[in-house]
Amino acid sequence: MALIEVRNLVKHFPVRGGVLNRVVGKVHAVNGVSFDVQRGETVGIVGESGCGKSTLGKTIIRLIDPTEGSIKYDDKEITTLGHGGMMRIRRKMQIIFQDPYSSLNPRMTVRGLLREAIKFHDVVPANQVDDYITELIRTVGMRPDAADKFPHEFSGGQRQRLGIARALSVKPEFIVADEPVSALDVSIQAQVLNLMMDLKEKLGLTLVFISHDLKVVEHFCDRVLVMYLGHIVEELPTRDLHLRAKHPYTRALLGANPIDDPDDRRPLTVLQGDVPSPFSPPPGCPFQTRCPRVHDRCRVEMPPLVTREAGVNGEAETERVACWAVEVDEQEKLSAGAGAR
Amino acid sequence: MGQRSEQNRANRTGAEGPVLSVRRLTTRFRTDRGIVTAVDDVSFDVAPGETLGIVGESGCGKTVTSKSIMRLLPDHVASYGDESEVIYRGNNLLRASESEMRKVRGDGIAMIFQEPMTSLNPVFTVGWQLNEALKYHTKLRARERRARIIEMLKLVDMPNPEKRIDEYPHQLSGGMRQRVMIAIALCCEPDVLIADEPTTALDVTIQAQILDLMNELKSRLNTAIILITHDLGVVAQVCDRVQVMYAGRVIESASAREVFHNPRHPYTRGLLDSIPKQGGKQKGARLPAIGGIVPSLWELPPGCRFQERCRYKQQKCVDVEPDLVTDPDGHARRCHFPLGTSAKLTVGASS
Ligand SMILES: Nc1ncnc2c1ncn2[C@@H]1O[C@H](COP(=O)(O)OP(=O)(O)OP(=O)(O)O)[C@@H](O)[C@H]1O
Ligand SMILES: Nc1ncnc2c1ncn2[C@@H]1O[C@H](COP(=O)(O)OP(=O)(O)OP(=O)(O)O)[C@@H](O)[C@H]1O
Ligand code: SF4
Ligand code: SF4
Ligand SMILES: [Mg+2]
Ligand SMILES: [Mg+2]
Repeated sequence: MALIEVRNLVKHFPVRGGVLNRVVGKVHAVNGVSFDVQRGETVGIVGESGCGKSTLGKTIIRLIDPTEGSIKYDDKEITTLGHGGMMRIRRKMQIIFQDPYSSLNPRMTVRGLLREAIKFHDVVPANQVDDYITELIRTVGMRPDAADKFPHEFSGGQRQRLGIARALSVKPEFIVADEPVSALDVSIQAQVLNLMMDLKEKLGLTLVFISHDLKVVEHFCDRVLVMYLGHIVEELPTRDLHLRAKHPYTRALLGANPIDDPDDRRPLTVLQGDVPSPFSPPPGCPFQTRCPRVHDRCRVEMPPLVTREAGVNGEAETERVACWAVEVDEQEKLSAGAGAR
Repeated sequence: MGQRSEQNRANRTGAEGPVLSVRRLTTRFRTDRGIVTAVDDVSFDVAPGETLGIVGESGCGKTVTSKSIMRLLPDHVASYGDESEVIYRGNNLLRASESEMRKVRGDGIAMIFQEPMTSLNPVFTVGWQLNEALKYHTKLRARERRARIIEMLKLVDMPNPEKRIDEYPHQLSGGMRQRVMIAIALCCEPDVLIADEPTTALDVTIQAQILDLMNELKSRLNTAIILITHDLGVVAQVCDRVQVMYAGRVIESASAREVFHNPRHPYTRGLLDSIPKQGGKQKGARLPAIGGIVPSLWELPPGCRFQERCRYKQQKCVDVEPDLVTDPDGHARRCHFPLGTSAKLTVGASS
C-alpha cells in the first residue's frame, strides 16, 4: 500500500483585480492531479516555473488546503481532518523550503529554531533536548557551535543544511523537499544532495523532491512526475529516462539541457513560444501552444493520462503519458508488432 | 621583434586583435569593516565575434568584474589598483570621465543583467525604453526609430513585435523581458556585450532560446561577448574561451575544450565532477562533491585560496600563493601542482 495516495487534487487561487479588488478569476495552479508515493521511495516533480510544483508539494502535506480531491496518508484521508487530527499527523510530514534565505526566522538562533519544533511535538524529553540538537547539527554535517549562531551567519549551503536539520528534528517519515539545492552553487549542491541521500538511506525516509532540473531529478529520484500548467503530463521511472521519455514536453526538457561538453554543441531550442498563463489555460492539451507535434485534436480535447507497461532493456515498468501523438505512436507500434507476428 | 609579438597576439585573440583588454584589474570596496578586495589582479582580452565565459561560485567576483569594466560601481565605495587598466578603443576606462563613460555604455559596451525586471523601468512601455536608448545613441528620426525598434524586436525573436512594443514589462514573461533587455543592449550595435547570468532566472526551454539567440547574434553582428554564469553546461555550449574565478582570483583560463576536457586546476576538476551527468550514469551514487566552502574575503588564508578544499594540498600550497602560470600550450592555471602535468604526476607517485 502506498504511503501517499493523491487523487484528483485541484488547487485554484482566486485572482483579484479592478478598483474594488474583487475576485475576477482563478489561477489553476494544480489541476486534477493523481499519483502514489510508495514507502521509502523518492519521487521527483519537475516542470517550469509556475507550473504548480510548490503548490502541489504544500498541498499534499496540507500547508495549503486543496480546492478539491483526496489525499491519503498511510490510508487515512487527511483533507477532512480537523486541527487536532492534523497536528498529530503533521509531525510525520515535513517540508524543506525552496528559499534557504527566507525560510528561517532571522531573530532566532539555530538552537531556538530547532527547540521550538522539538518541544512542540515532544520529540525527546526536556532534559535531552540540547543533546538532541547537537546530534541533529552533526547529522547535517555542521559543527555543534552552529547551534548558537543566527541564520545570517551562515552561507546558503549551510542554511539549506539547517533547513534539513529542522525538517528532520521531529523525526518525520515523509519529507517534501522543494528545490532544496536550486539556490546553491554547484559545488555545494553536490554536498547537500549527498547529505540527503545518506539521510534517506539511514532514516528510511520517503521523499517528494521538487526541482526544475531534470539532471538532478534523474540522479536523485526513483520516479518522476513531469508537470505542465498544473497537470501531470508524464510519469516515468528515472532509470533510462532519456530512452523512456515520450511526452513532447519531457523530450523538450531533455533536449534543452545544455550538455557540459564543448565538443557536443547543438542548437538547444526545441520549443518556440512561451508558457501560457495559468490564469486562462487553453482548452484541450495544456502544451498545445508550444508543442512541435500539435494537431487538430489537441486543440479541442484534453489528452487523458494513459497508463501502460513499457519496457526498456527488457524491463517493463508502469508509465503514464497524456498526449494524443504518443497514443498514435503506441497504436502504430502495436499494429506493427501484430503485423510482424 | 616588436612586430613578431604583435602578430602572436593577433593569432591568439583572432585576426582583428582584442576589442577590449582588461589588465590587472583589482577592485576594492570600502566597507564598515575596512577595505576588501573583491577582484584581485584579473586580466583578459576579448576579440570581435568571440565569447569569453567567466564562471565561478557565488561571490567570487564575476559581477564586480563586469561592473568595474562598465564603471557602474560608485566611486565613493569602489577603487581600482594603480596598475589596473580596462583598455577600450585606446582609452583606459578606469580613468575615463562619467560623460565619456556614458558614451561608451550602450554605444560601445552594453550589459544585460541577471534580473531583467530590475533594469527595465516598470512604468514605461517596451517601445519607450528602446526609443530612449536609440534617441541617446543614434541620430535617427522618430519614425525611423519606431521601425528600428520593431526590427530589433524581430531580431531577438519577440513574438508579435508590433503589439509588444506598446506593452509594459509586467505584461511580458521572463523570457520576453530578457529578450527586450538584449534588444536594448544591441540596438546601438555595441562592440562588446557583457551578459551577467542572462538566463539564470529562466526555465531551461526559455534559456535554450536565449542562448541560441546569443550565438546567432554573435556570428551575425560579430559582437564580442563576455558571458558570466555559474552554469558549466551553458559555458560548454556557447563559449570559446573560459576563465574560472575563485575568491576574487582567476584560477584557470583556457579554451572551452581545454577547460572541459583537460582541466588543470583541482577546483575546476571538482566543479566538473560535481554536476550530475545527464543519462543518469552515476544514478544513486554519491556525487564527487568538493568539501567545505569558499573562504570569506575577510579571512583569506596565506598561500593558495583553495587549499582548505583541495585534496592535493602540500606544504608549499600553505606557504606560497601560486601565480597564474601560462603553460606552453596557452593554458593558464594558478596551482603549484596542476592536474595532468608532470608536476602532478610526480606528486602522485611520491605520496
Ligand atoms: N498564494 C497564492 N495566491 C495566488 N496565486 C498563487 C499562490 N501561490 C501560487 N500561485 C500561482 O499558482 C501557480 C503555481 O505556483 P507554484 O508556486 O506552485 O509554481 P512552481 O511550479 O513551484 O514554480 P517555481 O518553479 O517558480 O517555484 C503560479 O501561477 C502562481 O503564481
Ligand atoms: N558594494 C559592495 N560593497 C562591499 N562588498 C561588495 C560590494 N559589491 C560586491 N561586494 C563583494 O564582492 C564580492 C564579489 O561579489 P560579486 O557580486 O562580484 O560576486 P558574483 O561572482 O557575481 O556572485 P553571484 O554568482 O552570487 O552573482 C562578494 O564577496 C561581495 O560581497
Ligand atoms: S496532446 Fe497534442 S499538443 Fe499535447 S503534447 Fe501531445 S501532441 Fe502535443
Ligand atoms: S596550489 Fe595546492 S592547494 Fe592550491 S589548488 Fe593547487 S594543489 Fe590545491
Ligand atoms: Mg516553487
Ligand atoms: Mg553576480
